[in-house]
Amino acid sequence: MKARHKRFGLIAVGLLLLVVAVVLFTKSFKSNLVFFFTPTQVASGEAPKTGNFRIGGMVEEGSLKRLPDGLRVEFKVTDTARTMQVQYKGILPDLFKEGKGVVAEGSLNKDGLFVADQVLAKHDENYMPPEAAAALESAKTQKAKDATVSNAMEGAK
Amino acid sequence: MIPAIGELSLILAFIFAIIQGTLPLVGAWRNKTTLMNLAVPTARAQSLLILVSFVVLMYSFYANDFSVLYVASTSNSQLPTMYRLAAVWGGHEGSMLLWVAILSIWTIAVTLFANNLPDTFRIRLIAVMGLVSVGFLAFILFTSNPFDRLIPAALDGRDLNPLLQDPGMVFHPPVLYMGYVGFSVAFAFAIAALLDGRLDNAWARWTRPWTTVAWMFLTLGIAFGSKWAYYELGWGGWWFWDAVENASFMPWLVGTALIHSLAVTEKRGAFKVWTVLLSICAFSLSLLGTFLVRSGVLTSVHAFATDPSRGLFILLYLVIVIGGALLLFALRAPNVGLGEKFDVVSRESFLLANNVVLAVAAGSVLLGTMYPLLIDALGGGKISVGPPYFDAVFVAIMAPGLFLMGLGPLAKWKKASIPEIGTRLKLAAVISIVSALLVPSVLGKISLMAAVGVFMGAWIVSTTLILLQNRIKTKQLANVSLVENLKTIPLAFYGMLLAHLGVGVFVLGVTLVKGYESEQDLRMEVNDIAKIGDLSFIFKGAQKVQGPNYISSQGKFVVTEDDKQIALLYPEKRFYPVQGATMTEADIEPGVFKDLYVSLGEPLEKGAWSVRIYIKPFVQWIWAGCIIMALGGLLALLDKRYRIANKNLTSKAEEVF
Repeated sequence: MKARHKRFGLIAVGLLLLVVAVVLFTKSFKSNLVFFFTPTQVASGEAPKTGNFRIGGMVEEGSLKRLPDGLRVEFKVTDTARTMQVQYKGILPDLFKEGKGVVAEGSLNKDGLFVADQVLAKHDENYMPPEAAAALESAKTQKAKDATVSNAMEGAK
Repeated sequence: MIPAIGELSLILAFIFAIIQGTLPLVGAWRNKTTLMNLAVPTARAQSLLILVSFVVLMYSFYANDFSVLYVASTSNSQLPTMYRLAAVWGGHEGSMLLWVAILSIWTIAVTLFANNLPDTFRIRLIAVMGLVSVGFLAFILFTSNPFDRLIPAALDGRDLNPLLQDPGMVFHPPVLYMGYVGFSVAFAFAIAALLDGRLDNAWARWTRPWTTVAWMFLTLGIAFGSKWAYYELGWGGWWFWDAVENASFMPWLVGTALIHSLAVTEKRGAFKVWTVLLSICAFSLSLLGTFLVRSGVLTSVHAFATDPSRGLFILLYLVIVIGGALLLFALRAPNVGLGEKFDVVSRESFLLANNVVLAVAAGSVLLGTMYPLLIDALGGGKISVGPPYFDAVFVAIMAPGLFLMGLGPLAKWKKASIPEIGTRLKLAAVISIVSALLVPSVLGKISLMAAVGVFMGAWIVSTTLILLQNRIKTKQLANVSLVENLKTIPLAFYGMLLAHLGVGVFVLGVTLVKGYESEQDLRMEVNDIAKIGDLSFIFKGAQKVQGPNYISSQGKFVVTEDDKQIALLYPEKRFYPVQGATMTEADIEPGVFKDLYVSLGEPLEKGAWSVRIYIKPFVQWIWAGCIIMALGGLLALLDKRYRIANKNLTSKAEEVF
C-alpha cells in the first residue's frame, strides 16, 4: 500500500468515526434532556404526560405526610399560584424542609400524581435552587400581570 | 486590628502583582535588564504578602474574631478547631483567597526551581503568572473581600455548613486547587513560549514536570472529592455528573491529553501547536470551573450563596484570559513548524489517537455541562442533561481509547508494525477475554457492560505488565541480573506503567460497582433483620449521642454472614442546632471486595427507622486506581532526567521509552 492510500484510508476511518460519534451524541443527548416546569405550567397541562421532567418551587408548610408503608412520603410543591402533589420513595435529602425551596425530578403517573425519583433540596440556609427561584418569580410576575388586567377591567366598568 | 493587616497585605500584593505582570514583559520585549530584574523580587513579595493575608484570615478563624463578616458567617465558637481552620475555604471569599494563596505557592516554586531557563523566557513566564494573579486579586478586592468588617461584632458565628464539617473539607479543596491552579504554570509556559517564539524539545522538557505535578494533584483532588461525596451525602454514589464535578473533570481530561502530547513534543518535536493549545485549554477549563462553581449559576453542593456581579466579573476575566491567549496563539502558532514526520502506524499516531479521544471526551462533557446554561441564558427555559447522557457518551468515547492504551506504549516511535505488536499482545488478549467471561459468571450476573468493562480493565493491566516484561527482555541480552536490569529502567517508565495500571484498577472498580451494587430502602423495627444475599443486617435500635456541636441519633447494626458477625455499623442522623440543619452520617465497612453501607433515613413510630442499605462491590478500587495513577505521576517526576536536563540545556534528551 502506498503512503497516499494509507493516508486516504486513515482519513476515511476518521470521518466514519466522526459520523458515528455525532449520531451517538445527538441521539443520546436528545433522549436525556430533562425539561423544567413550574406547578402552574404543570396545572395547565404543559408538562409531558410520559417521561421525566423537573419541577420546582417551595414545599408547602404542613403538607409533608408519610404514607403507611413508612418509606413513601407525599408533599405539596407550590409556586404560590398553583400547587401540586408529589410522591417520593426513599430518604429525603437532609436539607429538605417545609417552607423551603425544592427541585424534584420524576414523571406523572396515570392518575396525574407526580412521582419523583430524585429530590434536590437547597444546600445551605440562604441558598435557593435557581430553578425553584425561577418558578416563584414567574408566578409572581404572572400574578402582577393578572392584577393589572383585572384592575384595567375594573376601570373599564 | 489584625484583620486590617490581612487586607493591607492583599492590597500591597495587588500592586506588586501589577508590576510583576507588566514591567518585566516590557523589559523582555525592549531588552531592558533593569525592568526584567523586577520580575523575581516582585513575584516573591507578592506571593509572600498573599500568604500573610491567608495566615491572617486563618488566625481570625482560629481566634473566633466575629468582627470579620466572613468569619461570622462561616464559623462558630463551638466548631472544633480543625474545622474552624478549614472553614477558611468554607465560603466564597475564603475559597478565592485559597485560590490565590495556592497560586502564590506555585509562583514561589517557579522562582525557586525554574532557575535554569533562559533569562527572557523565565522572566516572561513569571510575568504571565503575575497577570493571572492580578485578575484574581482584583476579583477578591473589588467583589469578595474576606476581610470586610462587621461592626458591631457578632456574638457568635453562623457556623460552617454541616455538610462541610468533615475531614474531607481539610484535604479536598486545597489539593484540588493545587491541581486547578497548577495548570496556570503550564499556561504561563505556553504563553511565554508564544511571546518568545521558542517552542522546541527543550521547552517541552521544562514544562513536563510542572504539568505532571498539577495533574497529580488534580487526580488526587478529584478522587478525594468523590470519596467524600460517597460517604457524606448518604446515597452511596461516587460520581453524579454534577456540573461542578464536570468542571474539575474537564481540566483533568485535557491535562491528561497534555501530558501525553508533551511527551511527543519532547521526544519527537511534533504536536507543538497542539501541545500549546492544550496548555491554554487546560487552564481555561480550570478558570471555567472556578466560574461555574462561584457564579451561582448551578444547583450544587458547591454553590454557596452568591451574587451576580461576581459571576459577571469572572466571566469578564475568563473572556480576557482565554480570548487573549487564543489571539496570541492565532498570531504566533502558524510560525512554529511541524516537527518530525511519522508513519500512520507509530507511537506518535497512538498518542494522537489518545489525544483525540481525551479531547472529544472533554468536549462531550463540556457540551452536557454548558448546554443547559446556554439555553437558559438565551431564554429557552430551564433544562438539565441527565447522567445517562454522560454515561452513554463518555463510555462509548473512552472504550476505544482504553483499548489503544494497551497498544500504544509497545509501538515504536516514527514507524511501528501492527503484526509485531499483535504477537506481543497475544497473551494479554487471552487473559482479558478469559477474565471477561469468567468474572461476571463468578459474580453471578452476566451482562455485556460488565464483560466489556472487565475486558478493558484486564487488558490494561495485562498489557502494562507485558510492557515491563518486554522491556526487561530487551535489556536481558546484555547479560545482567534482573535486579540490575530493573534498576537501569528510568523512573519515568515505571511512572507510566504505574499510572496505566491505576487506570486499569479504576476501570475494574467502576465496572464492578456499576454492574453488581445493590440497594434497599427498608422500614426497620428494633431487631428486624434485612437479608441481602448471604448477609444479614440486624437493626439494634437507635440512641441519642451528644457531639461537640450537634446532637445525634445513632443507630446500631450488626452484620452477619453465615451467623458470624462480620461488622458493626453505627450510622447517625445528626442535628446541628446553630444552623437548624439535619445531617445523615452513613457508616461504612470498607473492604477490598465490597463495602457495606448503611444510612439512617427518618425516625418512624415505635423506635422504627427508615433505613437504606447498600452493598458496593469493588468500590474502593475506584479511588485506589486514582491514587495509583497519582503515584505514577510522582515516579515520573522523580526521574533524574529532568534535573540533568535542566542543568545542562544543550544536552540531548536520552531516549527513555
